[in-house]
Amino acid sequence: MADKELDSGKRRFLIAATSVAGGVAAGATAVPFVASMLPSERAKAAGAPVEADITNLAPGELMRLEWRGKPVWIVRRTKEMLESVRKNDTNVADPESQRNPDYTPPYARNEYRSIKPEYLVVVGICTHLGCSPVDKFKAEAEPFDANWKGGFYCPCHGSLFDLAGRVYKNKPAPDNLPVPPHTYLSDSTIRIGEDQKGA
Amino acid sequence: MAATEKPPVTGAGPFNGLLTWVDQRFPLIQLWREHLAEYYAPKNFNFWYYFGSLAILVLVIQIATGIFLTMHYKPDAAQAFASVEYIMREVPGGWLIRYMHSTGASAFFIVVYLHMFRGMLYGSYRQPRELIWIFGMMIYLCLMAEAFFGYLLPWGQMSSWGAQVIVNLFDAIPLIGPDLALWIRGDYVVSDATLNRFFSFHVIAIPLVLLGLVAAHIMALHEVGSNNPDGIEIKKQKDPQTGHPLDGIPFHPYYTVKDIMGAVFFLIVFCVIMFFMPEFGGYFLEYNNFIPADPLKTPTHIAPVWYFTPYYSILRATTETFMWVLAAGVIGYSALIIRSVEARAVKFTVAAIAAVLLVGFFTLEPKVWGVVLMGVAVLVFGLLPWIDCSPVKSIRYRGPLFKGALAVFVLVFFVLGYFGTQPVTTMGTLMSQIGTLIYFAFFLFMPWYTRMDRTKPEPSRVTWEGVH
Repeated sequence: MADKELDSGKRRFLIAATSVAGGVAAGATAVPFVASMLPSERAKAAGAPVEADITNLAPGELMRLEWRGKPVWIVRRTKEMLESVRKNDTNVADPESQRNPDYTPPYARNEYRSIKPEYLVVVGICTHLGCSPVDKFKAEAEPFDANWKGGFYCPCHGSLFDLAGRVYKNKPAPDNLPVPPHTYLSDSTIRIGEDQKGA
Repeated sequence: MAATEKPPVTGAGPFNGLLTWVDQRFPLIQLWREHLAEYYAPKNFNFWYYFGSLAILVLVIQIATGIFLTMHYKPDAAQAFASVEYIMREVPGGWLIRYMHSTGASAFFIVVYLHMFRGMLYGSYRQPRELIWIFGMMIYLCLMAEAFFGYLLPWGQMSSWGAQVIVNLFDAIPLIGPDLALWIRGDYVVSDATLNRFFSFHVIAIPLVLLGLVAAHIMALHEVGSNNPDGIEIKKQKDPQTGHPLDGIPFHPYYTVKDIMGAVFFLIVFCVIMFFMPEFGGYFLEYNNFIPADPLKTPTHIAPVWYFTPYYSILRATTETFMWVLAAGVIGYSALIIRSVEARAVKFTVAAIAAVLLVGFFTLEPKVWGVVLMGVAVLVFGLLPWIDCSPVKSIRYRGPLFKGALAVFVLVFFVLGYFGTQPVTTMGTLMSQIGTLIYFAFFLFMPWYTRMDRTKPEPSRVTWEGVH
């Protein structure tokens, strides 16, 4: 035993092999811990569609409902409001909603970003960092914009959106407010979380 | 056997026997000597040297109060807000413990910012103390994480929306961002799952790391010895008989006594705030956080707590037009480096990095760069030991360039901090953008202006007014 020469190459190989095997095992052990932080099955199941009754929504008003834990706004736009959207194409960054197709379903990829021009349905979460913008529908001088035409203002970082949820140019938010998948079950009921059929 | 080689402990009266028994089985006396009784610290410590020991004091306050708050707090989205109110109104003494903890959070940042500023005044990060500074930066990062996770727990409006904004910062990272944000939240929005895990990070994960880092910070400090307001090494001038630095005095009793006096003054101020103005005008406890979290409605004005606002301003300053200014800055700065260095490889690397950045500036969203700038603004302090090329360490022997730059930097830090608390205005954005440029200029040009500066010669012994 004692007179045997130390085989340092063998020793180095064994140390490396043991370290690699141990490292792989340690890495594999991390998998359940990392996975445990993903949304649970319950959280995933909570994303069912919701229905909104818009019978009592007056022109120029906004109603809020919750879908997948996020605020969804339904705005019934007046003629003047639609007019202001039409005139606003040059002020917004992405008038045709081309930039991020996921945020605007094909049936809403138009100037008004809606199925029916009168009703705007958007997720009220700013595409910048996820605050919920505030509605400032009145066209009047505001501290953030002297020529304000009405729309939404995000209090967190000052992003502006027009009455079609389109983001103004040179604001922190990169995208228009997302239009959720939605469909009209009747003239007075909108189902949010389900795509318009035949679109 | 070690037990017989060590001399018995003396000077502890009736405890001599017990301490001898322990010392023969544990390096008690050795630790006591190395870190207190025979740790020689420079004799010229001034006011700025209080904040290290005060940071330890606040850490102890936070841990002690945190343990008791955890006994009553419920990390459940349905009960969290009410359980904090329960602590405030029904738990005997609960209001006081909670105010100690909330005042302690702000006090921690005040103390740590002053402690870092001390390092910048006297060049405490310079060779051979780079690693102390790096450990300190890691402590600062942990502290920010700890504050952020803790701020969600009261489950008020600011808690919830603040977390929403910060977690969504990760969303900006290309490719993996959205999945990463989902993984951090554990849900599609900040929800019960998020609250529960942030509680776990706040009460166990981060504090454990923090304690380890504090130990490493102090061990590294005691290995190389403390810097001092003159920025010279006291170990260069040793007493030939004892081998102790001529300008050093034992930490205990000299600095333990000094630090206890600092602690008393600190605690007086701390108590005044805690008892009479725990909200501190909405800066320590934000008014919107007294409204329970509502996932459907963002408060009309949302701002982080004061200690994050300078960085928050930098985040908000990064707009589409600002990208052009940044692009111009990158071109100018890389040209400056390419002109100043000799090595070909460095020139090419700098040019390549600049090219990648320029492409990135106009292909990725400005929000990605806002997040990057904010992160770099925090981490850039870690470079100080290497970008400060002055022949002297202390502000006392520096020239007008560094003094001016540091003064402007401090001013800009406050200006950015102020605008970070305010709603967005055109003026505020412009000021934040100018502030952001100056903030980074302070670090980026440091290798040049610290070299060019007209410094004064350092003394060989510390300057010290008093009884010799």
